[in-house]
Amino acid sequence: MLLRLRDLHKSFTGAEGPVPVLRGVDLDLEAGESLALTGESGSGKSTLLHLVGGLDRPDAGSIALDGTRVEALDDSGRAALRRGTVGVVFQQFNLIPSLSVGDNIAFQARLAGRHDARRAMMLAERLGLAPHLSKYPEQLSGGQQQRTAIARTLAARPRLVLADEPTGNLDETTAEAVLGAMLELVSETGAALLMVTHSEHHAARMGRRLHLHAGRIA
Amino acid sequence: MTRAVLLALLSHWRRAPLQLFTLIAGLALATGLWSGVQAINAEARASYDAAAATLGEGRYARIEAAAGGEIALADYVALRRAGWQVSPVVQGRLGGVRLVGIEPLTAPGGIGPAAEDADIAAFLTGVGQVFGRAEALKALPGIDAEKVVAPDTAPGTVVTDVSVALRLLGRAGFSALIVAPEQPLGRPALEEIAPDLALRPPQAGSEVGRLTDSFHLNLTAFGLLCFAVGIFIVHGAVGLAFEQRRPVLRTMRALGVPLRRLVALMMAELLGFALIAGTLGVGLGWLLAAQLLPDVAATLRGLYGAEVTGGLRLRPVWWLSGLGIAVLGSGFAAGAALWRLARMPLLAAGGRRAWAMADARSARWQGGAALLLIGVAVGLALWGEGLVAGFGLLGAGLVGAALALPVVLGAVLAIAARLVRGPLAQWFWADTRQQLPGLSLALMALLLAMAANIGVSTMVSSFRQTFTGFLDQRLAPELYIETADDDQARAIEAFLEPRVRSVLPLASVETEVAGLPVELNLARPDPTYPQSWRFLQAVDRPWERLAAGEGVLVNEQLARRAGLGLGDPVRLGPDTVLPVLGIHGDYGNPVGQVIVTEALFAELHPEVVPRRFGLRLDPDEVPAIRAALVAEGLPEGAITDQAAVKRFSMQVFERTFAVTAALNVLTLAVAGFAILMSLLTLAALRLPQLAPVWALGLTRRRLAGLEMVRAVLLAALTALMALPLGLALAWVLLSVVNVAAFGWRLPMFLFPWDYARLGLFALLAAGLAALWPAIRLARTPPAALLGVFANER
Repeated sequence: MLLRLRDLHKSFTGAEGPVPVLRGVDLDLEAGESLALTGESGSGKSTLLHLVGGLDRPDAGSIALDGTRVEALDDSGRAALRRGTVGVVFQQFNLIPSLSVGDNIAFQARLAGRHDARRAMMLAERLGLAPHLSKYPEQLSGGQQQRTAIARTLAARPRLVLADEPTGNLDETTAEAVLGAMLELVSETGAALLMVTHSEHHAARMGRRLHLHAGRIA
Repeated sequence: MTRAVLLALLSHWRRAPLQLFTLIAGLALATGLWSGVQAINAEARASYDAAAATLGEGRYARIEAAAGGEIALADYVALRRAGWQVSPVVQGRLGGVRLVGIEPLTAPGGIGPAAEDADIAAFLTGVGQVFGRAEALKALPGIDAEKVVAPDTAPGTVVTDVSVALRLLGRAGFSALIVAPEQPLGRPALEEIAPDLALRPPQAGSEVGRLTDSFHLNLTAFGLLCFAVGIFIVHGAVGLAFEQRRPVLRTMRALGVPLRRLVALMMAELLGFALIAGTLGVGLGWLLAAQLLPDVAATLRGLYGAEVTGGLRLRPVWWLSGLGIAVLGSGFAAGAALWRLARMPLLAAGGRRAWAMADARSARWQGGAALLLIGVAVGLALWGEGLVAGFGLLGAGLVGAALALPVVLGAVLAIAARLVRGPLAQWFWADTRQQLPGLSLALMALLLAMAANIGVSTMVSSFRQTFTGFLDQRLAPELYIETADDDQARAIEAFLEPRVRSVLPLASVETEVAGLPVELNLARPDPTYPQSWRFLQAVDRPWERLAAGEGVLVNEQLARRAGLGLGDPVRLGPDTVLPVLGIHGDYGNPVGQVIVTEALFAELHPEVVPRRFGLRLDPDEVPAIRAALVAEGLPEGAITDQAAVKRFSMQVFERTFAVTAALNVLTLAVAGFAILMSLLTLAALRLPQLAPVWALGLTRRRLAGLEMVRAVLLAALTALMALPLGLALAWVLLSVVNVAAFGWRLPMFLFPWDYARLGLFALLAAGLAALWPAIRLARTPPAALLGVFANER
């Protein structure tokens, strides 16, 4: 089992006291499996992704990722987890505007100490980015930027890819193309994929789907 | 990982070269101004130290002839035989160079030339050796002694063996005897061996150093203000860079870069920039100091007789401290940004925090801090005492006023926006108010620069005005003469009596009043004094009452230190107690002074015969009297023309002005640069605000014109605030810092035309700074403005 969540709780402090977002979530994910996480706004999808990726800490419960108890890690341990085990694809792309497309693709692999120029080039070609490697992010379209972000994540060979509405900022045609490329490449690497999406259509393309409602798996 | 993160951080600057230029140039300018002033100070202080090392000035007690003049060889021999560990010194001038003769075998350690390969035998035997800097040796006339270059000798001074000095100067006796710190117990008292000699205790600091400290203190304060102005620029540039990179930093953390590593790398990045900018700044400072040092050297020589070399040496302490201040300054400027980064939550709402739009909370915080600091300044002005309180008042007042500036400007602009009619005017005032946070750092820099200009120029001009009056008062006689001995003094005085309007004897004796060392001076009743002297406080007809022996006059230093006021008694001898009739300003003199009538002086010190005289005569008769005096046997060098002295003193002030004027222009240029950089960096953020107004019908040219008007308007409002702040700064320097440091207060004069001219320069600087961004705006392609609406930015 690559990922195992048990009785995961998380709440945030609002104006009128604590607001529970996750109320005891259990979830299992095997290596190579793809899972869509759906649910209405505020159901806790992104929060769950952040907790798994070590971007935030749970109030209670456990997260076992590749044998590591994520909730017990300190800041530097969680940073190491994000560098080496997890790859995150954001809705807003989050590229580094001052680096070229080529350098953006290589960035996370360099952080993880796994940079392989041939693999980076292969990813760029497969995602249609090869003609744009020396350009800067602001010179790319939204779809090209998201494909760069996907290449950046996969170049680091993560065990688990977390995608937070990766096509949320793209038009339908572009979204289809980007999602198709991502699914194909993730399955080739043998990594697991956990994707948050609002789209029923996109969820249907994943191996499995779970629906979150009011902080619980429905 | 480190390399990848560092390259990603540095890549920002490749994409924002203007920002990098602002950061480096701001820091380099700040360091340059600071280290330039420090270089001047360090060079001057090194010169004083060399002088002190040559002569042991101030460090050792000295024995001198009580009535002035020379010490006979017999007295020296008698003292040595009685067990006194003393060493003879001869001082005189030869061809404009100060010649000092020492006796190396008996001189206390550390006195004398420090040539590494000094040959003591050659120094003592044969024709002897003369040590000095190359330029001093060159200035010496042809002498019968070997010249040896010794770079560590005091400027304008050469050192030789005492016997060689006596021979070269044509003297028979010594100028003084230096008393070694350790003396045998049970030796007879000085009075028993040589009653005509007096023991002068060692001084806490070099006299030259104390006299020139005022000048250096003011230069240092000015350098510090210049540095503060530069740091405002750096703060703005670093703050903007951090805010622009905030989303990138968050992304890097999300991708697994540990926070500590990120903070450490950003600090390393900053350190690298600080070292580059610091090196450039030290170079700039070097150029600045090299340009200004000849003027400063001339100023110090003229004002205080302190010899400072006109050349500059690269001292490790100086350039290291320059680099150090650059690193400290950038750390200070970036401290808040690094603190925010360290505390930045990983999942906080993305996007750029409104760097240019400080929120209401931070404005309230800033206003509160300003009020607190101004309160501290007022408290220190009312109840503080001493130099530390003076500088505390200066710092709290300036920083408090700078922090208050945006708050005050915001209030003024809000009132203006309410008063105007018409949509364009309303938009203009509201938009100007919105721009305020983004421009506030540059405006604060302008405020400090202008306040420093007003403060320092008021202080220097007040000093000049006071000193000019002081010179008129003290240099009233047309000629000054100095006689060699008592007999010549009596003969020359008798010779002059029928030939000039009046002969004013000049003599002083060191004594004590109220436990404080003072010089006792004499004044012969003469119309010169009541006509030319001005008092800070005086009774009615002070000179008449002085002449009648009804009291004494004291200088401000003594009045302050001894707490003397008009009418307070001054004890001059066991049975001589007289009231204070007047208190006079005595600028530059470190010790107290008491003036008594000639008769009382003679009664108190019958052994002292005045050997110096001031002569009052028709200026047309000066050449004839001078010739007559030379014919009577007085050497040319013993006659000084008052007009020449005054002319030289005024030239010295013009040079002082040249130094402060250069620094003033540079500070203002730095502030103008701060405005330019702020406007350029804001220009990119301005398009979304200007595009709607352009779309509603305003031309780009009109918008650019309004941008210029806005910059000049804000500069004008800042100038209005800078005026009272600058005057307050001048008051603190003249009435608090100077009094605490040196014991005398300079009167403050106002120079409205100078302030008006400075205000115009500030408006010009702001207008010029706004010109480039305005031209860029006027030439912005419509596509760029349309891009705002297409959300393509």
